Amino acid sequence: MSITARDLCRDEFFYGHKACAGCGGSLAVRNALKVLGRNAFAVLPAGCMSAVGFNFPQLCFANNAIISTFAGTASMLTGVEAGLRAKGITDFTAVGFAGDGGTADIGIQAFSGAIDRGDNILYICYDNEAYMNTGIQKSGLTPFGAKTTTTPSGKNIHGNIRPKKNMFEIAAAHDIAYAATATIGYMEDFLTKVQKASEINGTKYIHVIAPCPTGWGVPVSDTVEIAREIVNCGLWYLAEYENGEFTLNRNPKQFTDVSEYLKKQGRFRHLTDDDINLIINSRDEKWNKIRKDWKFGKD
Amino acid sequence: MKPYLREKKTFGFNETPENTAFEAGYLVMVNSGWRSIRPVINSENCVGCMQCYLYCPDGVISIENKTVQIDYDFCKGCGICSKICRLNAIEMEAER
Ligand SMILES: Cc1ncc(C[n+]2csc(CCOP(=O)(O)OP(=O)(O)O)c2C)c(N)n1
Ligand code: SF4
Ligand code: SF4
Ligand code: SF4
Ligand SMILES: [Mg+2]
Repeated sequence: MSITARDLCRDEFFYGHKACAGCGGSLAVRNALKVLGRNAFAVLPAGCMSAVGFNFPQLCFANNAIISTFAGTASMLTGVEAGLRAKGITDFTAVGFAGDGGTADIGIQAFSGAIDRGDNILYICYDNEAYMNTGIQKSGLTPFGAKTTTTPSGKNIHGNIRPKKNMFEIAAAHDIAYAATATIGYMEDFLTKVQKASEINGTKYIHVIAPCPTGWGVPVSDTVEIAREIVNCGLWYLAEYENGEFTLNRNPKQFTDVSEYLKKQGRFRHLTDDDINLIINSRDEKWNKIRKDWKFGKD
Repeated sequence: MKPYLREKKTFGFNETPENTAFEAGYLVMVNSGWRSIRPVINSENCVGCMQCYLYCPDGVISIENKTVQIDYDFCKGCGICSKICRLNAIEMEAER
């Protein structure tokens, strides 16, 4: 069953927060909580979403929510889930919202441990492709070519020289109960996956692209559009992993122009035609593998 | 259910919580001062499709009986709603 705007509860659980105008991460958190409802217990590590949500006495979550250490999203979720269960509470979701740095770099060990134990938690990574809260440093999920303060672009080096870590398949390689990719640009798809994950017992991972206008160098009104384009041009894909199998949810007949996607963003504006061709080639390689090995499913 | 503005806005040293727990959804200030442009609804064009409500990062749009309402206390004027609306029912106007 697919979730649409009409299915969402009217409650707002993330409100009055201090995220920049047009922040993609805040949209992901807002709507995921509207799907999970009042009994969501949220864990947020250091990162933009905790920084903008908890500024005593301005506390912007209506549900139970707590800040964890930067590395400890998953381990705190484990504790929250066990604690609630010990108290005899059954109808709840322990949900984490961690950034790309908090997930693919510093939090990966705690997350790996939680999947290994099969803890009944939902881990959502809102991926804005850099350490935004501390001023745009490269993370393991920053894509090739992106300019950050630690991967500047100059005459010799054109931004980040490393490819984006494949966190979705890293989670899947643990044989996790459920993993999915999403984007805030296709909200119904993301929210349907949140709903589905909340009904599965075991560890669940959703990796949602959540553009940051501040760090990406796009107008604040364009966050949703750019989050659609990244899928349309093939640099991101919508997929699921369940019961040992990968399913591709959307298989575009034709990709939109990659260089158009890149040139709209300040962080990629320095890229040369050669750089862009490298990006296109690695995209095509990835899609060849996906189309060969994965099942095709419904959008 | 939604975080809302409270009467008591300042806390002395002796009133701050000793542990890290406090009442959820406790707001003491609005965000409207961030805005240089504001979304204005033209209800004649609106068909109540709810896409603006779905994509507002601040959750300030509500729709009851096909009437779109915006909580201007917390709208930041990003303009996402205006871009997402396929019927051009939301126009961004300059704040004065
Ligand atoms: C152990 C530790 N190291 C460093 C920091 C500083 N720090 C706070 S938020 C942050 C960046 C978080 O990046 P990410 O996880 O991608 O989330 P985003 O801010 O982009 O939403 C850093 C480095 C910290 N709080 N704790
Ligand atoms: S810096 Fe980026 S991720 Fe952080 S609040 Fe602003 S828009 Fe959101
Ligand atoms: S997106 Fe436009 S048409 Fe749809 S509800 Fe909002 S204002 Fe009305
Ligand atoms: S301008 Fe931005 S914050 Fe204001 S109602 Fe539209 S989408 Fe929401
Ligand atoms: Mg980040």
